[in-house]
Amino acid sequence: MSTSTPALTNPIHTRASTWGRVRKRFLNPALAHGIMLVTVFFIMFPVLYALLLATQTPQEYYRLQLIPGNQLLVNAQQAWNQVNLGRLLLNTTYIAVVVALGKIALSIIGAFAFVYFDFKGKTFFFLMILITHMLPLPVRIVPTFELIDALGWINTFNGLTIPFFASATGILLFRQLYQTIPPALADAARIDGAGPLQFLWAIVLPISRTNVAALFLIEFIYMWNQYLWPLLIANADRTRVVQIGLKQLVATEAAVEWHYVMAGTIIAAIPPLIVLVILQRSLIEGMSLYEEK
Amino acid sequence: MQTRFPNRFLPYLLLAPSVIVVLIFFVIPSVQSLYLSFYRVAPLGNRKIFVGMQNFTRLFEDPGYLNSISVSVKFAGFVVLVGLAASLGVAVVANQRYRGFGVYRTMLIWPYALSPAIAGLIWAMMMDPSFGIAARFLRQLTGMRFSYLTNSTHALLFVAIAATWKMMGYNIIFFLAGLQGLPQELLEAAAIDGANAWKRFWRIAFPLLSPTTFFLFIMNTLYAFFQVFGLIHITTEGGPGRATDILVFKLYRDGFVGMNTGFASAQSIVLLIMVAALTIAQFHYVGSKVFYR
Repeated sequence: MSTSTPALTNPIHTRASTWGRVRKRFLNPALAHGIMLVTVFFIMFPVLYALLLATQTPQEYYRLQLIPGNQLLVNAQQAWNQVNLGRLLLNTTYIAVVVALGKIALSIIGAFAFVYFDFKGKTFFFLMILITHMLPLPVRIVPTFELIDALGWINTFNGLTIPFFASATGILLFRQLYQTIPPALADAARIDGAGPLQFLWAIVLPISRTNVAALFLIEFIYMWNQYLWPLLIANADRTRVVQIGLKQLVATEAAVEWHYVMAGTIIAAIPPLIVLVILQRSLIEGMSLYEEK
Repeated sequence: MQTRFPNRFLPYLLLAPSVIVVLIFFVIPSVQSLYLSFYRVAPLGNRKIFVGMQNFTRLFEDPGYLNSISVSVKFAGFVVLVGLAASLGVAVVANQRYRGFGVYRTMLIWPYALSPAIAGLIWAMMMDPSFGIAARFLRQLTGMRFSYLTNSTHALLFVAIAATWKMMGYNIIFFLAGLQGLPQELLEAAAIDGANAWKRFWRIAFPLLSPTTFFLFIMNTLYAFFQVFGLIHITTEGGPGRATDILVFKLYRDGFVGMNTGFASAQSIVLLIMVAALTIAQFHYVGSKVFYR
């Protein structure tokens, strides 16, 4: 800012120079970058080191060698065979995809009903779906387990997927979106003689695209990372998921063989990371949706 | 207000799948949890004896349960206080309108895709007394022998660090978004009035940031109580002794290892009361405060 005579110091000048100071905020940019880089390093280091260790022999990582070894395939193969990782990945992918798609479908039609219809008990049903937020699994774990047992769903994919199909998050997400669709669209559809289902299919579904991607990301990761429920009801070879497989990998009497365990861990972490990388753009808008219960 | 389609049955049909799942797998089992919490159930067979509040009085006289409360509170306290304070610190320092923020966000968000179990395994490897790089670095630096498998304090610290690490990136991203959304005029005005950076932060930025802080407080609390079962199960299994026996882990042991159904259900109800209180606080707070976004 060039200096000027006091007479010329009008409000705009004052404002501009203050802006310069305020923009500096609390610290200077170089330090900000420095702190961010240190933080990123702290957050990334354990995973990078896990990756490194997965390539090494026990001798190499006992020496704390910081260059990669050539054992990655050997370690991965060992982990793969020890707990039948291929089967576990297939099982987990199946339940994550089925639950994500099921939740999306149920949420879209549910939200559509709430926004485009008047019906008796609307508030009641809405509250009932919202209340699922207050009922995480530990709150209802014994009766739910007994129910799955009574249904004969222990060690089945039904037991791993169907209890997860309802989604308050999903219904809220799509309801919020549908309330912003211009009413003229639905009016036009009605005048043209289109029924509600035609309107849903032709207009509402295409508009839902971004939210579908965001919800798929959240729910895929959520299901991929399930632990307690699969441990209780699906701990058999046919239905086991990859998280429980990792537990089998470390549950040895002898010392843990970290090179195998880390190879298995990296393999188990890759699918949700891929989904995150592909779909993360869709989340930039609705960040509060990162958490699912 | 959206246009409504005149149809009597369709909305019920569209809502039916969600409502059925919510009823069968959420509402009814929760009510059954409450019912079972007043009964003693014979381990074999279906004999149930009504015992009134006895499960609850036993619960709060059980040293094991009181220990679990203490462990959970310490654990959650660490995850919430240390996690949020560190994240806010980083966010404040890093809060600049520089280029490349998007890159940092990408580098910070990906632990979101890792399961708590995987976070636990990676930190168990880092902290392994004989092989772990972090444990050995610590011994070189301070002479302390960090042993999460034998030392109670170390064990609790270890699971708390692993759990906090997984949430750090998520917390920083939310704090940064919150800070960038603050009204510039206020900070500007304070700067003109001569408030220094320290005062501008504590007197203006921090109070304005309270919706973000509160949101993260709730999210991190729920995470620390309900989502870390896998982390505990795959690493310490509640030990050594009962040093990391958080509430959900004890519930799992009593309900599914000890088969003490009524006693476990009483624990479920205590958790339900806790979630309900948090949820109500959240609605109350969000409803009564203005969002400065």
